[in-house]
Parts: sequence; C-alpha cells; structure tokens
Amino acid sequence: MIRVIPCLDVDRGRVVKGVNFVDIRDAGDPVELAARYDAEGADELVFLDITATHEERDTIIHLVERTAEEVFIPFTIGGGLRTEEDIRAVLAAGADKVSLNSAAVRDPDLVERAALRFGDQCIVVAIDAKRRADGSGWEVYLAGGRTETGIEAVAWAAEAVRRGAGELLVTSMDRDGTQVGFDTDLLAAIAEAAAVPVIASGGAGTLEHFAQAVTVGHADAVLAASVFHDGVYTVGEVKAAMARDGVPVRR
Amino acid sequence: MTPGGSGPIIALLDYEMSNLRSVGKALERLGARVRVAARPAEATGVDALVLPGVGRFGAAMERLQAHGFTGMLREAAADGTPVLGICLGLQLLFDESEESPGVPGLGLIPGAVRRLRTDRKVPHIGWSEVDWRHGTVLAPEDGGPADRTYYFVHSYACEPVDDGDVRGTATHGVGFVAAAGRGPVAGVQFHPEKSSRAGLALLGRWLHGVATREVMPA
Repeated sequence: MIRVIPCLDVDRGRVVKGVNFVDIRDAGDPVELAARYDAEGADELVFLDITATHEERDTIIHLVERTAEEVFIPFTIGGGLRTEEDIRAVLAAGADKVSLNSAAVRDPDLVERAALRFGDQCIVVAIDAKRRADGSGWEVYLAGGRTETGIEAVAWAAEAVRRGAGELLVTSMDRDGTQVGFDTDLLAAIAEAAAVPVIASGGAGTLEHFAQAVTVGHADAVLAASVFHDGVYTVGEVKAAMARDGVPVRR
Repeated sequence: MTPGGSGPIIALLDYEMSNLRSVGKALERLGARVRVAARPAEATGVDALVLPGVGRFGAAMERLQAHGFTGMLREAAADGTPVLGICLGLQLLFDESEESPGVPGLGLIPGAVRRLRTDRKVPHIGWSEVDWRHGTVLAPEDGGPADRTYYFVHSYACEPVDDGDVRGTATHGVGFVAAAGRGPVAGVQFHPEKSSRAGLALLGRWLHGVATREVMPA
C-alpha cells in the first residue's frame, strides 16, 4: 500500500504553521497534532526539527519520547542530526527512523555507519533536488535550496542506497511550495536508480497530484505539509482520491 | 514504566534490541500492568511475556542469552505461559534464520526464517493487509480491511514447518507468514504498536486471551 505522510515543522518543541483542526486544545503541540493525523488515517509522520541553536535541541528528545508514548504510528525525525550520537539519542527516545540530509552529503560515511549500527530500515536519506538549467539531470541542494553542491541527485540517490539508506525522501526544490504537482520525472529517475522505497515530496496542490507521484513517479509514499496544515485537504480526502485513481491505500 | 490498570501483568523483555516505549505504553493503554524486565528474576509471577525486537537475528539471540532469557522463554512456553513475539521477536521463536546462519533460535515453533524472495523492494516497509486463519485470538472478528492492515518493517519472514502453526499471511509481491503460533506461543511479523487502531485492537485481543486463558492457544 502507498503511504500518506504529513510533515510537521517543529521549532524548539513547538509546531510551526500549526494545523487548524476543530476542537484542538493546543495547535502548537506536535504530539496532539500527531494524534489527530493518526486518527485521520495518516500512515506515518515526519517531524522536521528546524531548531537553530544546538543548546535547545534537547526539546526534540522530549518530543520524541512523548510522541512514542502517545501516538501509535511510525514517525521519523529529521533536521539537525549530524552524528551517530545524535541519531542514537533520537532512536533511543522512541523515533522509528531518522532522516539525514546535509550531514549525509557532507559525510556519506555517516549513512554507512548509521545503517550498520542501527539498521538500514531506520535510515532515511533526504535529498533536496533542483532541475539543472542545461537539462543534465538534477542538482542536490542543501540549506533549504540555498546551497548548491555540484552533486547530481540521481547519482547521489544510488550512492546513498549503496551506503545503506533504507528509504529516500525526495523533495523537488523547483516544486516545493508551488502546488503545481510533484516532479514526477525526478521521482521516476530516482525510483529507477534506487532499490529502496521513495517518498515523494514538494509540490502537492490538488488531490490528483498524489496519485500521479505514484502512477507516473513510481513513488512508494507521498509526503505533504501545507495542504494538510492549511486544511486544504484531509488525509482521508487524499486517500479517497488516490483510491479512485487505482492507488492502493489503507482506509 | 508505571503500573497500568487492573489487567494482566505483562513482562516486557528488555535485552537491548529495541525501544520498548511504544509497546509498553500501548499495552498500558489497554489496561495491562507492564513490567520491563532485564533479567529473568524480574519476569517471574507474570501472566505473559512480550518479546519485542529490532535488528539482526544473531545479535538478538546473543543478547537474549546474555540476559538469561533463552532458558526462561523455553520454560515459560513449556509451562503454558503466553508469549507474544513482535517483529524480530517472532523470528527468534523459530529454529534458525538465513540472516545469521549457524545461530540457533529459541526453537519454540519448528521452522526457519528466510529472506523475502520477491521482485518488490526489500526491506518491506509499509502497511499490508493480513489474511487471518480461523480460530486465532489474534484475528479481528469483524471490521473492514483497515482493521486487518498493519505496519511492517522486515527483510526476512518465517516459514513454519507445520502449516497449522500459521496464523495469518500477507503479500509483498510474494505471500509470506505475517503471524504464527504454537500452543501458548505466538508472534506477529508486523508492529502492532505502530499499527494505529488495528494494532492496538490486536494487542487488546491478545491481552484478553491472556486474561481469560480459555481462548489460548493464540
């Protein structure tokens, strides 16, 4: 079945851009929001920790512990994880997976060490990619699309898998925030090159876009943030639309 | 963990091969009184044992042994104490695994663990519907497909020698055993503690079976 994954941005333990659920007591509480998404049928959750200062990063550990105790679907922590010790602490607190982005690009060995130590299945490598102007594939970017790396995205995806990534979270920086649909060319190229599940991210705007990520982009899961947080669609509506288009989902 | 309700007392075996937080909290939410046990002495006088597990078969057997749990699990099974294995915990109940050749498993369910032979992506990560066999306490009595759909993360699957030990199957390009059991011993390949409502309901049915005993075997 294809997974539908809401992504929550968390800063110092609080959700940024909180969801306007009816009757919610605290729209900034990640755990309460996570429980609501679970009730709506979310298959998994991603928390992206955007806390800038390292001193305040203990807040994420506390968040992980509370989530593991109260929300009974898998969840991934991404953002700011740089070392094996960072990864160990988050997994030990109860996260199911970690998502590595810049740390993996800067230190590809980290993927290998982490996969060996904690298991491939809990190591997600996140790739932010932008189409190259000359049409020669896609470029890996860091820092939310600000830093160019000179690395080609499909080649990096294949390397990340060779080094032990259990899943790839692929975000199109061209499409992120545009709501014009996922970059299905990018997704299909990476799905072809990598024998692990691909999570599609960046560009969801209409209900049809989600199925397209799967039928055209061959993604194994779809991730979105704002369409859920802004209340444009519920997880249930997305799943119903995917099912109508012949994509198998849990509902 | 703090004592939960007035339900059965469950020893959750801690042999450093998985995070116990979600399993423990799920059981407590369902009324169980959970004791996290790192040694056999901490797992005495309980109604049932839960054997979780994530990681490699060989390393897990080594840790189980180091914590003194292998003998205790075999005795418990012989005494009729219910045991529930989760994920790798299910695989450990078998004789051996392709993942760690030469390492004997607990041998509580005859059979071997083999790598998923499928043209689909491995590890199998995600939600799959389970086709339950009749007569197991683990199966839901009614409900729709979502009530039989659980979250899996695995590269290996169990192959019981006796088809009568199969409790449920699922498909990932190829059919595989999603749940198995023999006498008081049972296990599920998926993670009920990560399977939302359907998973909590399954744990609830198993706890009910533990409390009443009459519906065993699982």
